[in-house]
Amino acid sequence: MDTQSIDPLMKLVQTLLDGFAVGGMYALIALGYTMVYGILKFINFAHSDVFTLGAWVSWGLAARALRLEGAADAGGTPVWAVPVVLLGAMLLCGTVGFLIERLAYKPLRAAPRLNVLITAIGVSLLLQNVGQLRVVFGPYPKSMPALLPDVTLLYVAGVRVPVVDVLVIGLPLVLMLGLEWLIFRTRVGLAMRAVSYNTQTAALMGVNVNRVISFTFVLGSALAAAAGFLYALKYVGLKQPADTTWVMLGLKAFVAAVVGGIGNVRGAMLGGFAIGLLEFLGVAYLEPLYRDVYVFAVLILVLLLRPAGILGRAAVEKV
Amino acid sequence: MSAAAHRDGPPAVWAHAWRSGAPLLVAVGVGLLMHFAVQPAVGAFKARVLVDIGINVILAVSLTLVNGFTGQFSIGHAGFMALGGYAAGALSYYGSYQLFGAAAFNGGVLSWTASQGPFHGPWVGGGDLLFVAACLVGGLVAAGAGYLVGLPSLRLRGDYLAIVTLGFGEIVRVVLQSTQTQLSQAAEVAATPWPLLTLKLGGALGFIGLPFYTTLFWVYLAVALTLTVAIRLKRSSYGRAFLAIREDEVAAEALGVHTTRYKVRAFVLAAFLAGVAGALYAHLVGSINAGELGFQKSFEVVIMVVLGGMGSVSGSTLAAIVLTLLPELLRTVTGSVNTYLPPAYELPDLRMIIYSLALILMMILRPQGFFGLREIWDWRVRRRPRPA
Amino acid sequence: MDRRRWCGSVLGLGFVLLGVGCERAPDDAGPILIGHFASMTGSEATWGVSTDRGVRMAVDEANAEGGVRGRRLKVITYDNQGKQQESATAVTRLITQDKVVAVLGEVASSRSIAGGQVAQRFGVPMISPSSTNPKVTEIGDMISRVCFIDPFQGYACAKFARGEPLRAQKAATLYNRAQIYSTGLNETFREHFAKLGGTITTEQAYSDGDTDFSAQLTNIRGTAPDVIFVPGYYTEVINISVQARRLGITVPLLGGDGWDAEDLKNAGAALDGCFFCNHYSHEDPRPAVQEFVRKYKALEGGRVPDGMAATGYDAARLLIDAMRRAPSLSGKDLAAAIAATKDFPGVTGVITIDAQRNARKPAVILRLQGGKPSFVTSIDPPE
Repeated sequence: MDTQSIDPLMKLVQTLLDGFAVGGMYALIALGYTMVYGILKFINFAHSDVFTLGAWVSWGLAARALRLEGAADAGGTPVWAVPVVLLGAMLLCGTVGFLIERLAYKPLRAAPRLNVLITAIGVSLLLQNVGQLRVVFGPYPKSMPALLPDVTLLYVAGVRVPVVDVLVIGLPLVLMLGLEWLIFRTRVGLAMRAVSYNTQTAALMGVNVNRVISFTFVLGSALAAAAGFLYALKYVGLKQPADTTWVMLGLKAFVAAVVGGIGNVRGAMLGGFAIGLLEFLGVAYLEPLYRDVYVFAVLILVLLLRPAGILGRAAVEKV
Repeated sequence: MSAAAHRDGPPAVWAHAWRSGAPLLVAVGVGLLMHFAVQPAVGAFKARVLVDIGINVILAVSLTLVNGFTGQFSIGHAGFMALGGYAAGALSYYGSYQLFGAAAFNGGVLSWTASQGPFHGPWVGGGDLLFVAACLVGGLVAAGAGYLVGLPSLRLRGDYLAIVTLGFGEIVRVVLQSTQTQLSQAAEVAATPWPLLTLKLGGALGFIGLPFYTTLFWVYLAVALTLTVAIRLKRSSYGRAFLAIREDEVAAEALGVHTTRYKVRAFVLAAFLAGVAGALYAHLVGSINAGELGFQKSFEVVIMVVLGGMGSVSGSTLAAIVLTLLPELLRTVTGSVNTYLPPAYELPDLRMIIYSLALILMMILRPQGFFGLREIWDWRVRRRPRPA
Repeated sequence: MDRRRWCGSVLGLGFVLLGVGCERAPDDAGPILIGHFASMTGSEATWGVSTDRGVRMAVDEANAEGGVRGRRLKVITYDNQGKQQESATAVTRLITQDKVVAVLGEVASSRSIAGGQVAQRFGVPMISPSSTNPKVTEIGDMISRVCFIDPFQGYACAKFARGEPLRAQKAATLYNRAQIYSTGLNETFREHFAKLGGTITTEQAYSDGDTDFSAQLTNIRGTAPDVIFVPGYYTEVINISVQARRLGITVPLLGGDGWDAEDLKNAGAALDGCFFCNHYSHEDPRPAVQEFVRKYKALEGGRVPDGMAATGYDAARLLIDAMRRAPSLSGKDLAAAIAATKDFPGVTGVITIDAQRNARKPAVILRLQGGKPSFVTSIDPPE
């Protein structure tokens, strides 16, 4: 293949930019996996579907509720579109996360983990297939209306950085800083850490464990919804809700959580960016077909060499 | 086992031989019965559905060994099926070229589907032997892959296995889809050495033009053997160890069960059986396409195991039968009169919703599945096996 | 003892569940049955549903004209959920249970092959409406199709790219290596574009489920092509076009019939000025086409028929035509009659079935504007 006429610096910058953007989304999703794992010690398989739901709810709000299709071409989208859609998606997915925990997982608090895992897969299938119903989102791919003007903010080494990319990279950072503050600087965060450290002791100390667990689910789901919103902004062509593409994205985010050290909030952030960059560098400089293979190869390597992840479990406080 | 034979002399040897050989005889008997009695009686289409059922039974029962007996959670079963199918297909397709000059049917009456017309030929043809070898090779390749995947992930907690197997299935799909175009000229095949032939598996189109060998005989032979292995395993000391791991891994380890080793063994055996099922599938459809053996297929098998009962061989068998027949009954004849009746497109979508709700409710209300650890006959005699 | 009883109960259960309904004998008095297998559900439902509407329209018309050989026609459609094994089972059911005289289907080549192998084994003719891979009709003499094949589609795209209005000198390609349809088109486009004097600057690949194409598009941008050939499905094309525009690539994209879907309008302005090759254009002024479009719209509440509906319609009409010409409705006679079809006036062009049982007919090139395709030109098969 003829690639000699490509400016290598431009290609590198473009790759890092995209890898970082997608890494931020992985990190947001991975946070949900890792927080739930920290507290309940099980993989919330349905979490990737909450992310999918976030993307599709964003579409639903933007295209159906606010009727913004084609607005960008005809006179521009209103400024409030982005915050309204984002908050709407986070709110709705937070509610769904709350319901999932209350209805599906709470009755199984004492059950073997395998049962909870299967329930999670059941919830995952349920969300996918309800989303595919004609009365919900329908079984066809759709595309997200442009909420932001196609304006270039800056050039990095000749690479165009549109507003969308700035938002896609910036928002996860802001959200993660907020989460850091919440977990390490507030009473709720303290309670979350306590429950994660030892549920029974925390309960004895007067922490309302059920409320903390619910809060964790709401928080994780809202973060996943934010990731879904950003994903829909960047990759406007949304596959139908039950498409395998979504599950693969969620899985890669889970790999990010494991690589970073599952149960560890900072590890999930680190793992997200690491997996995103690794994937995009692999696609750009190795074989583009093996996008998913790189990620799972890293997973198996990590499981073999350092099962506790990069930020080992004992080293850092976890949630 | 050998110690017992040594102690008791010839009668024990005979008993041992009978114990080993009887299931094979029974399996052959079941296969012959299905082939010569059932097939003509039910006709081509129902025979075809019975074959589909048989393949799903093998898949479900083999996954029961992992998910049901040892309590691990594998959701990449279709990956092993795909590997087995492709390996078997490579052997029978290219092997037929090298032995018979073309990838055509070369078997005996046992591999002949009666509905295609009368068969004039031997009882057992050279192609049959090649087909059996292909099934075994398919199983072995899948088992080898199962070993490679299982060893690192089975050392860890069960849910890691879920992720790794899911990822593994997807990797298998991508790799098989990027194989090279298959050869379809005898001269080309003859001129290519085997290591290169194994790279030419049709790529994105799938591996097509495989000879049709899978009949009721072969499928039910395999089903009978699979069921025998699974039921005997459950009752053996091995099975007790599996169940012990499932109930409490730490306690099992404390009792001297080498948990990782046992988990890997269960996993490899399950992968082998899935590989055989893949081989049967490939020679039934006449082609195999990795794109269709993704994790949706794996989930179908998981659902069979969970609904049937986690650890119940007969339960997962029954679930496999029912869940194969259901879509066939629901294969909606969309407006059988020539009118534009709005077809029930929503029905299959609802089917998945019902499945998933059933899965969730089952876990909450009846976590052990319909049958739990029990088997159908346990009810009849009001006896419950006590897990170790 | 347990085991034996158990085996017995499973067997018994199998019989009970399968029912004892005896198979129907082919009867000469009732309607003539035509089978159709299609992806009525699943991610590719849009194609199966469109094709089925076309098939049913053609059959209804034939019945309105008094049927065939004095008998009415009846279509049985089975869903295959977009799966290969299901296709094989559905065709087995159509042939051995329902005793159809001929089978129509599928859109995706891999499913046509799975179903076609069964039809060939049972000696029942099958016509694929829109499977374009050459391997489909290579299965045997029972299998034919009413659409052009990938080599011709690749040729048509290359010819169009080299001619007016694009006059491309340099082309890059971006294809899905996990889809035979995409790799096949890519190969033939490369071959013909070079033969016609153009240069392929780079060939970039992606895989199923990919949504980010910026690495590949960055590579393509570096080679400054005049046109980018994207032989993918419409779900991928939406993302590719948006990302290409975001990367500052302004040259038109060119694709095949996989682009043909209503949902393409969702890509918005990103696909404006792009072209794709298709089986037919609903804007084609020929009366046969306009009549078909009018009737379809009347039945489907104003929806414009897509290429799949048109090929489904043509497949059924060509089959009905062959039924009228065939000396009998036996598989052999019917297949021979289908293979002998000459200058059949289809909606998707004048169809002649060639020696390989493929349709020889022109392809049309459509231009997208605001998500709506409009007719540009048609390209005849090479002599």
